[in-house]
Amino acid sequence: MASKSQSCSIWVGSETGILKGVSLSKQQAFNFCEMSCLSRDQEVCVLEWGDPLESEVLVGCANGTVKAFSTEKGIFTESKECGDATQGKFTGLAMMDGSLVTCAESGILKVWKEGCTDTIEINVGNGVCRMRQNPSRRSQVATGGKENPLKVWDLERPDKAIFTAKNVKNDWLDLRVPVWVRDIGFIPDSDKIVTCTGYHQMRVYDPSSPQRRPVLEAEFGEYPLTALSLPASQGTVVVGNTHGQLAVLDLRKGLVRGCLKGLAGGVRGLQCHPTLPLVASCGLDRFLRVHSLEDRSLLHKVYLKSRLNCVLLSSRNLELSGADLSGEVEEVKQEGEEDGETDEVWDAMETVTDKTNKRATEKAAEENAVKGPKKRRKVAKK
Amino acid sequence: MDVLRNTEAKKGAKTKKQKRMNECKDVEAETSVQADSVEEEAAFPPNFSVSEIKNKQRRHFMFMKLKQEKRKRKLELKKKRKKEREALGDKAPPKEVPKTIENQRIYDETTVNPEDEEVAFDEGTDEFSSYFNRLTNPKVLITTSDRPRGRTVRFCEQLSTAVPDSHVYYRRGLALKRVIPQCISRGFTFLIVINEDRKVPNGMVLCHLPNGPTAHFKVSSVRLRKEMKRRGKDPTEHSPEVILNNFTTRLGHSIGRMFAALFPHDPQFIGRQVATFHNQRDFIFFRFHRYIFKNEKKVGIQELGPRFTLKLRSLQKGTFDSKYGEYEWVHKRHEMDSSRRKFHL
Repeated sequence: MASKSQSCSIWVGSETGILKGVSLSKQQAFNFCEMSCLSRDQEVCVLEWGDPLESEVLVGCANGTVKAFSTEKGIFTESKECGDATQGKFTGLAMMDGSLVTCAESGILKVWKEGCTDTIEINVGNGVCRMRQNPSRRSQVATGGKENPLKVWDLERPDKAIFTAKNVKNDWLDLRVPVWVRDIGFIPDSDKIVTCTGYHQMRVYDPSSPQRRPVLEAEFGEYPLTALSLPASQGTVVVGNTHGQLAVLDLRKGLVRGCLKGLAGGVRGLQCHPTLPLVASCGLDRFLRVHSLEDRSLLHKVYLKSRLNCVLLSSRNLELSGADLSGEVEEVKQEGEEDGETDEVWDAMETVTDKTNKRATEKAAEENAVKGPKKRRKVAKK
Repeated sequence: MDVLRNTEAKKGAKTKKQKRMNECKDVEAETSVQADSVEEEAAFPPNFSVSEIKNKQRRHFMFMKLKQEKRKRKLELKKKRKKEREALGDKAPPKEVPKTIENQRIYDETTVNPEDEEVAFDEGTDEFSSYFNRLTNPKVLITTSDRPRGRTVRFCEQLSTAVPDSHVYYRRGLALKRVIPQCISRGFTFLIVINEDRKVPNGMVLCHLPNGPTAHFKVSSVRLRKEMKRRGKDPTEHSPEVILNNFTTRLGHSIGRMFAALFPHDPQFIGRQVATFHNQRDFIFFRFHRYIFKNEKKVGIQELGPRFTLKLRSLQKGTFDSKYGEYEWVHKRHEMDSSRRKFHL
């Protein structure tokens, strides 16, 4: 169990309540669930990392419980009651300085501190569709929903939102444009926030600018956009809609850069890899797909038997994790042969681990490099 | 060759032969022109194909000749093989199974394994679970698009005789999103909307009511009762048996369950009626028969009722909402129809 969960690089939550781990290096998918007590009210609504080291996955279920799953041990370690089914499903989970932030559809945003029973509670308005945490400023969260405009909250000053978006001007018939924020993303290295709406619009807001209206607006398709993700390379955003169309939109002009093909059902979860140009998508057609963002080709497709709700990518190299391991073993053998003495073999092993770190970052910096010349380079450096 | 000489006019054949000799001015032509009069095949350059001849009549003649040669060779081969098979007798290798598109179907990874627990749980708790756990009885509302013409109206009436406990209502230009809450309040479990185009039914929206999936089909080949040959008398009020053939994939399972939920749980065997939904190559064929067992092994069937084919266009989660609803499966022609051997149902 532990080895299975340690090799999984993609975590998917399904409607049946099962947490699934997919290991691309082994080309296998594993179900992690409490045996035989499945029920629909345990439906996984949100998945989030419990800590920056990605050793814990927080699973938010439809009945209001938040479970913590340890990736090293492969079991659910704890479960916490954070509300009940009357408040609606979870729309967002976040970890901030050891305390858990949860947001439900009815608009109740709570901060649960460890060991304390009192919670900070904010009402963000009814009909919330998504709550996201700013990855660079962990105390800021953004919420949005149906007829609930984008609001950015600072959890240290929970009385009033730092930024509330203003609706765009009336359209050409002088009618109010309806608001339905479905997903939110924080653009790294800047203050800007990108949202996608149920009326097939993508909007960029800038809280640091004096205007509260969107800075950029772009439309894609004719169907509600349900998921959004920001890739590692700046200037683009990947969106998915209910028809299964995935598109890469440009953030400078708002044009469509390209579409990712293959999905047959509505996109429920979308996530880009933090460093590699990969995007994982899951949806109602019960498949998890990994596309490459450079040439927009499908790299992996995994059939997971239930409808999928959310996806979580780990930031380590996905397929290459298996290759890395084999690389390590080979390097150790080489150095062992050269030296032939046990002490030197142990020294060699230590330097190998340092080198794999360097190797990992090098690989992240320059995408798919050939192993051969790299190995030679390593030996020469030594 | 003699046969050909008799069929073609002698003059024509001779001129063609001369012209053929003139055509083959390539490498081997010179030397084999004399040989031409005896055997024609050696004269042509190696990469010559019948389509390169510009003259239509000559080209047609050459093509016919080619086909006849091919047929002759095929018959000879067949005869030879049959002789060999008879000669071997019992030791003959088993007959090869001919390749069909169904045989060559690309294996679909979503094919449901009957012992799969996860899929069983998924199906046990999905939107149809209340029907399959015998908590609700089906009640079907059949309607059409606005202002239907005669054929569609008759089709709806016949369909309502095939499906027990169904009611046909005239669509007075009402919006489906408003019709659906009213149906739910009156206890209907299914809504069927037959779409009509140019006086012929061409589409069907099948919506499972409390909160269930909506399937949109393309309807073709509708045959009404009076167009059926050797048909029996009109169907009675007895509940028919339901046969669902070849719904193997996960999507097929969902659609199959949807069709099954249209009919009452227990078929009345006295009525001897059966409704069949047969899926082949992603087309679903609906037939309605009455059967009678003549003896232990022989059955006679009479086709009653309407006959039509369906092709799934999309399956949407939730009740009818084509703009804002989430689709579980959408037929995308360019991505899904690229292979002749890949099917989704």
